[in-house]
Amino acid sequence: MKPPRFEYAAPTTVAEAVLLLQEHESEAKILAGGQSLMPLLNMRLTRPGLLIDLGKVAELKYIRESDGGLAIGAMTTKRTVEDSAMVKSRYPLLHAATLLIGHAQIRNRGTVGGSLAHADPAAEYPALAVAVDAQLRAVGPKGERTMAAAEFYVSYLTTALEPTEILTEVRVPALAKDTGWSCAEVARRHGDFAMTGAVVTVQLGSDGRCAQSRIVLFGVGPTPLRAQAAEQVVIGQTPSEQLWAQAGQRVSEVIEEPLSDVHASAEYRRYLAQVLTRRALAEAAARARGAA
Amino acid sequence: MTAPRPIRLTVNGVSYEAAVEPRTTLVDFLRQDLGLTGTHVGCEQGACGACTILLNGQAVRSCLMLAVQADGAEVMTVEGLGGRDGALHPLQQAFMEEHGLQCGFCTPGFLMSAYELLQQHPQPSDDEIKEALGGNLCRCTGYMAIMKSVRVAATKLRAASPAAAGTVEK
Repeated sequence: MKPPRFEYAAPTTVAEAVLLLQEHESEAKILAGGQSLMPLLNMRLTRPGLLIDLGKVAELKYIRESDGGLAIGAMTTKRTVEDSAMVKSRYPLLHAATLLIGHAQIRNRGTVGGSLAHADPAAEYPALAVAVDAQLRAVGPKGERTMAAAEFYVSYLTTALEPTEILTEVRVPALAKDTGWSCAEVARRHGDFAMTGAVVTVQLGSDGRCAQSRIVLFGVGPTPLRAQAAEQVVIGQTPSEQLWAQAGQRVSEVIEEPLSDVHASAEYRRYLAQVLTRRALAEAAARARGAA
Repeated sequence: MTAPRPIRLTVNGVSYEAAVEPRTTLVDFLRQDLGLTGTHVGCEQGACGACTILLNGQAVRSCLMLAVQADGAEVMTVEGLGGRDGALHPLQQAFMEEHGLQCGFCTPGFLMSAYELLQQHPQPSDDEIKEALGGNLCRCTGYMAIMKSVRVAATKLRAASPAAAGTVEK
């Protein structure tokens, strides 16, 4: 239970970090907050030749509002997000999702970029990013590019990042007016990885019907899963318990093969996805009414 | 570059300069290089919380950090809680009096998580205590006595420093 030997570099700028990645492409690994990577190292599930620690890259630590959204530097800790008064008042979905991540001691070290780039299928941030159409910015040897969250997640722990690219920023748009939200999950213990979760938004139109909805599940597939069939059940309809239940029944269609492990069977995860969708839709619609 | 790297840090108010192999975790550095064995090594995967220390005032898992990452940091371990004369901190006193420990293995982690909580919330609600201690596991005492210990310590600390009780929480 001790990390294997590796070389270590602590660059102070993104440019320096990218150069290091280029030089050591196949054997290098980025170290952000380390709350996922350190257990993997301790258990020797990964053996990088070089760890590039971004801890001293000050330019990646910020939260600021611009263009009707939030721009968060990749090395911003979850604790900083959680404590931000601006996040709490104007991005309540992000605030709520943050509080579901690990325990306080993990959030004190864990970073926004680390969670997004690690791409654990049971993690909250990737699902949230897909649900709100977040944009992810990466910097590599050829410069920078921006990807939609939906394109960023490829498979288990696999993203669209090139081996020489570093995730530097996430842009989280503010929710549209009259939009309610919910981030619901079931975990054995608060702070543990969710067995299954759902990030849901519902926008109510002036006629009281659902104008828009997003339903994204996590913990049930290789990436966050957008349940478009379930969204279509909801859009254009008048909110009701029955409607939420109908939408819940449709989420199974996107779940191909949920994980089956000691925490939960595939069958149970499927069931949870249905229940959580129903509950999250109800909660999101209630919030939308409150905001209307 | 797997050769030892120089680091400088402060632990419990004492400045240290050391050379550490990059793969050395912070908890192993504290215990083996500095001889501060009060911080316990439990699961080494961030699940149990026994190795919790304060890094620049925030509770973190010292098994999920490399010693090289603590370069320039201010660290506080359980050894830094009490007085230099061996006097117990009110939190330690309360854990002893209220049966907040049995075997004691998890206790340093609980104390450090509770310490960060009381720094920020001198008058925590039960929910706040649960949230702050949710990342620490205890296998013998159970959590009720630990919760009570933290409540009692909070009351004593407020009585000892009335100014803190009036602190506006953020």
